[in-house]
Amino acid sequence: MQANPQLNRNGELQHLLSLDGLPREIVLQILDTAESFASVTEREVKKVPLLRGKSVFNLFFEPSTRTRTTFEIAAKRLSADVINLNVSTSSQSKGESLLDTVANLSAMQADLFVVRHASSGAPFLIARHVKPHEHVVNAGDGRHAHPTQGLLDLFTIRHYKKDFSGLTVAIVGDILHSRVARSLIHGLRTLGVPEIRVIGPQTLQPPGVETLGVRVFSDMRAGLAQADVIVMLRLQNERMGGALLPSAQEFNKYYGLTAEKLALARPDAIVMHPGPMNRGVEIDSSVADGAQSVILPQVTFGIAVRMAVMSIIAGN
Amino acid sequence: MSALLPDAEALIRELCDRIRPDLGPRSALVGIHTGGAWLAERLHRELGLATPLGILDVAFYRDDYARQGLARDPKRSDIPFAVEEQDIILVDDVLYTGRTVRAAINELFDYGRAARIALAVLADRGGRELPVSPTYCGARIPVPEGKRLRLVRGTEGRLALELHDAG
Repeated sequence: MQANPQLNRNGELQHLLSLDGLPREIVLQILDTAESFASVTEREVKKVPLLRGKSVFNLFFEPSTRTRTTFEIAAKRLSADVINLNVSTSSQSKGESLLDTVANLSAMQADLFVVRHASSGAPFLIARHVKPHEHVVNAGDGRHAHPTQGLLDLFTIRHYKKDFSGLTVAIVGDILHSRVARSLIHGLRTLGVPEIRVIGPQTLQPPGVETLGVRVFSDMRAGLAQADVIVMLRLQNERMGGALLPSAQEFNKYYGLTAEKLALARPDAIVMHPGPMNRGVEIDSSVADGAQSVILPQVTFGIAVRMAVMSIIAGN
Repeated sequence: MSALLPDAEALIRELCDRIRPDLGPRSALVGIHTGGAWLAERLHRELGLATPLGILDVAFYRDDYARQGLARDPKRSDIPFAVEEQDIILVDDVLYTGRTVRAAINELFDYGRAARIALAVLADRGGRELPVSPTYCGARIPVPEGKRLRLVRGTEGRLALELHDAG
């Protein structure tokens, strides 16, 4: 049994499944490489030939627009051929198993699978069964992980704050259902951020979250004090089984980011959001569109980060 | 061993003398990371070019990606001028197989269509695997396979050639 299913025998990145347990050098390698890809996306021809002749399969068992699109753009800018499959509407509904779907695509000469699945662990299962030359990137699995989002968040923070030491990062909202929060917390810990806060109602905090090395706040005002970075999470209505919240209005009152609450953070604090935003629920429009918002740059950086991830793993 | 190698500083002066008569209003220098960028910086200063200096890291264009994977720490390529219709002099420290130059030319084309691309190198060590030859060359220094000839930057930016075992 291999210790880390993401790494090959030489300790190089073979699949990207989670930021949990990913060595610091590899995280930095991805961020540094993404820096160079950012310059590619500013040119006349926004393409490099690295993945020419390779086939990237976007396997989305769960709907997504932004993530799927940015993966597709990233793969195309690496000159790969991209095939998009919305599996929720195809074979799976006819009863084909996950591994059978993958085996069939593998028989079509796949090189890289980008996988989103509602079940935590699905990309790990696929990674265990693919051929040695095939690679898997987790594009979000259940509540577990969304490593490329975590990496693009780290890239964004480094872009604006230059250095991780001395930072206070506040993650606000529905922590319980958020794979984005989990991935970001692991990444921030790996890069040595001294103060990570999670802010949200008790019902939306995963039990034992403090063991991840974060400070837990249920009072948003206290949690935002002197923060350098504020990461707002989407209220995930579709993942809420029972009555975890009285109402969206109630949530907005206590945990929505308004200009007035933003003023409690440091004056140069940046505001991030993984999207899609519920304006007027977790974030007010005046903040989302305000001077401290870096929500749209996050999307742009996401392409360079995904180019870096795919070109590093496909070369290993 | 280094004692037998020509003085890089003297070669740079000779290279400048050879390039200078060919310069025009559309001339621009682009150095290939790392040694070529150092050399290009020096040439740019000595020749007093108005067009800002460009830098390429050809990591995303290398032909050994399938075998070696992506280079560990690719630097940002930065071409701070419009490539279209420029007379570009590509600068590298040591010319060997020609594969790096091929990659650099490909990358340049993704910035635009240059009017002309010339190649300036400090040393030509032989061993070409592609039909590439320098327009301007400081010195021909035949080096056997298994050895590495490279440019190093010392104190106060002094450049020197160094020969050692590849590894």
